[in-house]
Amino acid sequence: MKKKNGSGMSSIVKVIARVMVGFMMLFAGYFILLGDEVPGGGFPAGVMLALAYILITLAYGREFVEKKLPGVTASKLTDVGVLIFLFMGILGLYFSGTFLDNFLKNKDWWFFSSGTIIINDVAVALTVGMSLYLIFLALAIFGRVVCEGTLCRDLGREPGEEK
Amino acid sequence: MTLYFLDFLLFMIGLYALVTKRHIVKKILGVAIMEYSVNLFLILIGFKMSGASPILMKDMDFVTFVHTAVDPLPQALVLTSIVIGLGTLALMVAIAIRLYERYGTFDMHEINRLRG
Amino acid sequence: MVYRGINDNYVCFNDEQVGYDMNIMLLLHLLIGFMIVGAIVTVEIKNMLSAVISVGAVGFILSMTFLFLGAPDIAITQVIVEVLSLILLIRATINVDNVAIEEKGESIFSNRTTLIFVGIILVFAWIAFQSLPIFGEPSMRVSRYYLLNAYGKVGASNIVASIILDFRAYDTFGELLVLFTSISGAFAILRRGKVDKHKDHLRIDLER
Repeated sequence: MKKKNGSGMSSIVKVIARVMVGFMMLFAGYFILLGDEVPGGGFPAGVMLALAYILITLAYGREFVEKKLPGVTASKLTDVGVLIFLFMGILGLYFSGTFLDNFLKNKDWWFFSSGTIIINDVAVALTVGMSLYLIFLALAIFGRVVCEGTLCRDLGREPGEEK
Repeated sequence: MTLYFLDFLLFMIGLYALVTKRHIVKKILGVAIMEYSVNLFLILIGFKMSGASPILMKDMDFVTFVHTAVDPLPQALVLTSIVIGLGTLALMVAIAIRLYERYGTFDMHEINRLRG
Repeated sequence: MVYRGINDNYVCFNDEQVGYDMNIMLLLHLLIGFMIVGAIVTVEIKNMLSAVISVGAVGFILSMTFLFLGAPDIAITQVIVEVLSLILLIRATINVDNVAIEEKGESIFSNRTTLIFVGIILVFAWIAFQSLPIFGEPSMRVSRYYLLNAYGKVGASNIVASIILDFRAYDTFGELLVLFTSISGAFAILRRGKVDKHKDHLRIDLER
């Protein structure tokens, strides 16, 4: 009754992974948007983002994730995170004469009550999350595991095949 | 004061694993234990006995908050240190996997003998 | 002046002594005791998979300790980082030909010598730790400025977040660079010279 599509795990795992990934992304967004009032901040947000993509990679297989978030895009997003942080620093230099100054502080907009902290949080979460996802992808693809027996059936490959 | 000493004992256990064991992954586990103990030491230094976390709630009196909050500066340092510890752990695991592929064993004495 | 603290104990400010709260002290001793037991199990056990799981247990008890020490930010980060490092460590230990590689024999003389030196270091550490400030009474010279001015000048309620992203944002910038560099280094180590194209049709090509 269970249909195997050749990669990834069984359908029970896939259904549960679909539900859990939504909650993980919600947590990551919660830590970023409310990071200045609630314990959390940018770092757990980034690691949760990486863990969400790792869960999808484990449950659905590498080919599926390669369509959603290719490795090249993840590597570029890491750079974009560092560049956003640097850009906010240079804007601070331009507006107030100090590098990385909080030039948006005490302005009661939307949710920018604490200035550039939220934008810096987004940059930190992007960099940390994408680089940790990349290292997991590298260990999963570049490492060589010769599979035999029941591990092969779980990973969906032929016996004796190297990755 | 005994808490500092127990924490240092944890550090010494990690150092003993790093120095004495032959398996590479045991050495990596020793480094991980040392990192845990150092982070714990930093937070222990900044602990105030009336332990209020440094988050200002809406209904809290400001004077009470300033007098009863724990030290927030070591927490800022430890937050950075935990994530960097993860990065270096990833690097060490990558080196261990490459050594296994090159020499076929995880044993450091064998690798020292087989070098080349 | 006597204030009632959060843990329902009385703390005096103008005098020198600090009232020790016995519940918290007992709890902290117990938790660090559990961590020491977990660490000894990690170091001495022969099966590698059990050692990795034991180090994960030490990390989770550490996160509970952070929660009781008044650092919820750090507790959240420690739990999540622990899960990810467990994934990486299990990837390093599992090989398909033998699931948990056992440890071979050890040389007895170097173990005993190391233990003796560790004992000597612990004796000297006991003497050295007498000169640290009393537990529960930090001096807080720099943090007093941060606590007083974070809400007025920055507008953030989370003092730790305002420290790492406003008062000391330069350190966070350096931390991003260190993380970036170590992950690039891991990539450079793991990449191989030539890759078989027909076997591995899915590879990460970062020079594109």
